[in-house]
Amino acid sequence: MSEVMLKTENLGISFGGLKAAQNVNITINKKDLYGLIGPNGAGKTTVFNLLTGVYQPTTGKFFLDGENLTGKKQESINRKGIARTFQNIRLFNNMTVISNVMVGLHNDPKYKSTPFTSMLRLPAHFAAEKKMRDRAKELLDIFGLMEERNTLACNLPYGKQRKLEIARALATNPKLLLLDEPAAGMNPNETAELMDTIRFINKEFDMTILLIEHDMKLVAGICEKLTVLNFGQVLAQGNTSEVLNDPAVITAYLGEDD
Amino acid sequence: MKNNKKTTNIKFKDYVNYVLIGALLLYGLVLLLTGGLRLSTAQLLVQMGYSIILAVSLNLVVGFLGELSLGHAGFMCVGAYVGGFCAVFLKQAMPEMKLIILIISMLIGGIVAAVFGFIIGLPSLRLKGDYLAIVTLAFGEIVRNVFMNQQAFGGARGLTTGSIIYDTRRSPTLFIAVFVVVLIMIFVIQNLVKSKHGRAITAIRDNEIAAKAMGINVTFYKLFVFIIAAFFAGCAGVIYSHTTTPVLYSFFSYNKSIEILVMVVLGGMGNLTGSIIASVFIAYVNFILQNQLSGPLASLRMLVYAIILIVVVIFGNAPALKNFREKYSISAFFSRFKKKDAANRKDDEAKWHRVPTKIKMDAILSTDLNPNSDMSIHGDLGNNDGKGGDK
Repeated sequence: MSEVMLKTENLGISFGGLKAAQNVNITINKKDLYGLIGPNGAGKTTVFNLLTGVYQPTTGKFFLDGENLTGKKQESINRKGIARTFQNIRLFNNMTVISNVMVGLHNDPKYKSTPFTSMLRLPAHFAAEKKMRDRAKELLDIFGLMEERNTLACNLPYGKQRKLEIARALATNPKLLLLDEPAAGMNPNETAELMDTIRFINKEFDMTILLIEHDMKLVAGICEKLTVLNFGQVLAQGNTSEVLNDPAVITAYLGEDD
Repeated sequence: MKNNKKTTNIKFKDYVNYVLIGALLLYGLVLLLTGGLRLSTAQLLVQMGYSIILAVSLNLVVGFLGELSLGHAGFMCVGAYVGGFCAVFLKQAMPEMKLIILIISMLIGGIVAAVFGFIIGLPSLRLKGDYLAIVTLAFGEIVRNVFMNQQAFGGARGLTTGSIIYDTRRSPTLFIAVFVVVLIMIFVIQNLVKSKHGRAITAIRDNEIAAKAMGINVTFYKLFVFIIAAFFAGCAGVIYSHTTTPVLYSFFSYNKSIEILVMVVLGGMGNLTGSIIASVFIAYVNFILQNQLSGPLASLRMLVYAIILIVVVIFGNAPALKNFREKYSISAFFSRFKKKDAANRKDDEAKWHRVPTKIKMDAILSTDLNPNSDMSIHGDLGNNDGKGGDK
């Protein structure tokens, strides 16, 4: 069958006595659109932080495309191919939209230029800058941000900031894209547009996507498979429709019947 | 057409720093060639030169990297003592070759300062904001006190650099070398800031977590910026040691660091042109106050200086003066030529309101409980819930 892109084995972390995540086993195949859901405080973002190296797991391992990335630093994990967006948008606010995307292109070997070639304006610097700018424009065009490319990121409307964050993450040329609540704070129209965008990225870029979301409409609409977390543990796993009808999941969200 | 116009604008911006420095250099050269350059004016030019170097290099740390450093005078101190010591030594070996002595001592002073920059950069990887400010502040004080207690560097009497003083009454030419160094520095720092590496540095300032998540090597860039800034501050120190004797530890006090920071803040964080103008302005005000005030006013020099600074800062930032500034500032003068752009920008600012964020969880719970919800999946959940109730 299809190849495995991300595999976590008993991934877990505890802060003192608090087990924020434990025994999380997720397997994501290539080109999957995978959802990670759960009530507030279930440990979804903690899992993201583990996968991107913000936290180091206390137990378990995770593999990207067969390569063990456990214990690596954030920047090297990103270079190995995991890019993410943030729950509360973290753009480079005082930089222009296009610069934001170009920061994402920073480590691509295609645009190599050492600090000293840049400082002395050697030809390699100009070549790299031009290629980066062209690539960034391509990406911005895809996300419909071309018009605003020279505005500061903080002056963008909310929906576009979300899009820019996704564009910036894609600029790092990842194998796996992690989206942390991409629809948070969006109105239904924006959410619908976002669903299209995510589907588009999944199809056109052949991107494997793992997303956290509370908007069940979005999750049910685009995710093929789901993992439900509750109190740091996997509660249910499998195809979207089955998982969402699982009594245990419903109980976790809505509470127990008396 | 529109695109063409934009590139020309950017180009003018690129060269404005060189134009400013060039104008100062030209002013000095014209005076020198006509024989009207007094030693005091030449010294003012040198002072302006090393002030620019200090302010621009500190701006790289404070404005672009976003780390508050209060120890910049410490790097200058290292450069002044080490470079000065080296120059005194070289002077004995080759007394006639002033310029070569200046260049060699500047490289050595700069490199030793850069090593200290690396050492100070290390805690900046773990410390943030106020804490780093305190560490750098302590560094500045420690460095000058260490040099004060070294007999090799003249101890408390200071390092006697009399033999290497560059300017003589007849040929005050140090300012030429200084402005060449300034031009090189502006070239290097401006190019750095406008490259992908500059973007990485500003990205760290804007959001370190996101920068890391984008694969930016934060450790490397922080150390790199501290090293570059310290190198140039060291060069400024060497220049200082070539104009003054003795080089006294008390010059590199906390006040000096703050004065450099004032130049950066006055000129605008992350604004190289601003730093240049502000440092020239402050060096000039200092010079005027030192030389022109007489009688009882002379003892009030620092008070007058402080008042001027306060007035300038208030003028630059007070909301009540906003209209006045927009009408009469330099940028307003230039924007008269591109009025349309400015108008567009204002429209944009009015248009782009940020939509408030709201966490969705509450919304989900409330819709889930509502059986008439139009969201199909929520409807399913509702049904199941109902069945459970029946049992």
